[in-house]
Amino acid sequence: MTRRRVVITGIEVIAPGGIGKEKFWNLLSEGRTATRGITFFDPTPFRSRVAAEIDFDPYAHGLTAQEVRRLDRTAQFAVVASRGAVADSGIELGGIDPHRIGVTVGSAVGATMSLDEEYRVVSDGGRLDLVDHAYAVPHLYNHMVPSSFASEVAWAVGAEGPSTVVSTGCTSGLDSVGYAVELVREGSADVVVAGSSDAPISPITMACFDAIKATTPRHDDPHSASRPFDGTRNGFVLGEGTAFFVLEELESARMRGAHIYAEIAGYATRSNAYHMTGLRPDGLEMSEAIDTALGEARMNPETIDYINAHGSGTKQNDRHETAAFKRSLGDHAYRTPVSSIKSMVGHSLGAIGSIEIAASALAMEYDLVPPTANLTTPDPECDLDYVPVIAREQLVDAVLTVGSGFGGFQSAMVLASPERNLL
Amino acid sequence: MTASVVVTGLGIASPNGLGVKDYWSATLGGKNGIGRITRFDPSSYPARLAGEIPGFVAEDHLPSRILPQTDRVTRLALVATDWALQDAGVDSAQMSGFDMGVITASAAGGFEFGQGELQSLWGRGSQYVSAYQSFAWFYAVNSGQISIRNGMKGPAGVVVSEGAGGLDAVAHARRQIRKGTSLIVTGAVDASICPWGWVAQLSTGKLSTSDEPARAYLPFDRDCRGYVPGEGGAILITEDADAARARGARSYGEIAGHGSTMDPRPGSGREPGLRKAIELALADAGADPGDIDVVFADGAGDPEPDRIEAEAITAVFGARAVPVTVPKTMTGRLYSGAAPLDLAAAFLAIRDKVIPPTVHVDPCPDYLLDLVLDQPRPAPVRSALVLARGSGGFNSAMVVRAAE
Repeated sequence: MTRRRVVITGIEVIAPGGIGKEKFWNLLSEGRTATRGITFFDPTPFRSRVAAEIDFDPYAHGLTAQEVRRLDRTAQFAVVASRGAVADSGIELGGIDPHRIGVTVGSAVGATMSLDEEYRVVSDGGRLDLVDHAYAVPHLYNHMVPSSFASEVAWAVGAEGPSTVVSTGCTSGLDSVGYAVELVREGSADVVVAGSSDAPISPITMACFDAIKATTPRHDDPHSASRPFDGTRNGFVLGEGTAFFVLEELESARMRGAHIYAEIAGYATRSNAYHMTGLRPDGLEMSEAIDTALGEARMNPETIDYINAHGSGTKQNDRHETAAFKRSLGDHAYRTPVSSIKSMVGHSLGAIGSIEIAASALAMEYDLVPPTANLTTPDPECDLDYVPVIAREQLVDAVLTVGSGFGGFQSAMVLASPERNLL
Repeated sequence: MTASVVVTGLGIASPNGLGVKDYWSATLGGKNGIGRITRFDPSSYPARLAGEIPGFVAEDHLPSRILPQTDRVTRLALVATDWALQDAGVDSAQMSGFDMGVITASAAGGFEFGQGELQSLWGRGSQYVSAYQSFAWFYAVNSGQISIRNGMKGPAGVVVSEGAGGLDAVAHARRQIRKGTSLIVTGAVDASICPWGWVAQLSTGKLSTSDEPARAYLPFDRDCRGYVPGEGGAILITEDADAARARGARSYGEIAGHGSTMDPRPGSGREPGLRKAIELALADAGADPGDIDVVFADGAGDPEPDRIEAEAITAVFGARAVPVTVPKTMTGRLYSGAAPLDLAAAFLAIRDKVIPPTVHVDPCPDYLLDLVLDQPRPAPVRSALVLARGSGGFNSAMVVRAAE
């Protein structure tokens, strides 16, 4: 029995530094950073005051006044990017049975910005514990349940097949796409509009990461604040954004003459069953996810040309995943370029996994490995090739991209050319 | 690829009973778990009834160090998981971590915990926000905490499709077992009975404002007036049938089929997706409508969605052609926890050859449903269909059947 194979035929990205996948790729290939001092609210009381913010005007991207009122920023991103991905793919969704079109949306913290702001209002600035319903916005419930994002995307693109939000913290962006791949492989859908979105830059998020010192206090030079794998790093930079894809079954994509960016060849997620925020240094569970994803892709570890790392810029993470890469790829880990785009676009929690899938697919498209910006002081415990500062031209036919998140979740995905030789 | 997946353990936290035994006797006895809210003073709100779980003392079941870092929803989920594993006869310490996964649904995460920290933020200042806020409120919290407590390193997952999510999670668990993991903890627990959660739920305009516990939530009744929210749900131990048999486990039955759809965009004029979801679930199970012995309906409790559901059921099965029941009339709607609880009830119905009743309802005859009213109905139940819908157009249907 031949397994149904799943390919990416459409991509759209909204990330710090510019709206649209062209601006996103320009930022990455030029190694520029989009981190800055927080402008969304007064960051003075906070330990960490930098973030990777997006200058986003929803009206300029086709949203109506009612959509802008109804949708949290996260959902606005998702609706705009999902439409963009469909346009990029050239697929005529109107010609497909809508029950064969699915939607998956990853998000770690849902409508956090709206919930934060609405709580401030209904509690009258924290004065009322019995919060006042008379001051609630009409669509508050849609902010409480982020499943509303999947509905909005489905209605935006005309999908009536299996639809859900996947919310596994910071691996949501990989897991949402991985879930979609499984829907297509098993035959529950022929096309899935899949991606993820998060817009967490709000006081409550900054406060909780302050409390565990997860985010960087480096506000004197915000452009260089995100420093994965650098010896002077001291926490991640919170970001926001979205990436969406059109995923199709390989043969039908070929039949319609679609441009194929990459096959999503393998995917797996595992738990460390250790700690909600902590990581053991051995990288065992991430390595298990990588091995399983490679097995599903029917590829040798030696065929990986580039590793798109989680690279959040915490010491714990950078060492953990370095160990995982060595465990899974052996000596090949030392020969494989590894980079973290979070150095440029920050860490957008549940969205970043999809944004990194987009970066991986575009690396294959342009045969260019994006760099790790700000990596100027090597950490002796991180001894792989992290592509410091400057992008590298090289053939990229297969990419491993990984994510690690609170809850202990570790995910890995392999993107490859569908023309490759299968083991 | 299409290995059979069975349920070997149940853990229940329901407003009308904690644990399988109490829940099932309460449900067969028509015991109502709906009452006036006690968790906070509901007098100032237009809706005041909920399905609260009484008598749950987390300290009796969980180590004290876990309490400050968990919302009620997570405490309930951890304890329900303990009970489900015991029921399945599984000692997780004796199994390889990578052979066990955790895939749950959630509608609203740890919303009450979130209220406490938002209150600290806005009332006192950002430095008073707990370190645990970074994970205790988010939607993935139950899967993460269950995996840690039980050493489960296999496939993880969290699906959010509001009230339909519980079935989608179980379907995703089956998917992972078919890919080679022998055991997945799945199901869902939701709990958001706090003022902040209440205000958010009120914004839907769908909550029943009745003050009579027996008259507030009346699906398929002419007097229906919205729904009563509840807290709780069920955790299920799902296993590869061969692996379960090899370890001599008792099986409640099989997860035989699943289908899910999204309703068309509002105003499109196209048919809602529930009928299609039912047809997909039956096809996936290789079942004909005539094979189904009982339907556990979603039971929205509003005229329009009730009509849509009744039409979907009668379109597939015919008028009054299959017994239909809504035991959640005794618990209120538990969001993502509702459907896993209905799955548990379906397996118990198969075990005991009895259909649990729908209570308080005087059915509207226009719906052409054979509702099982007031008293349990003895019936040789071999296969059941569970329906679940989520706000925002989610439809999910699952067929379960007796083990071979």
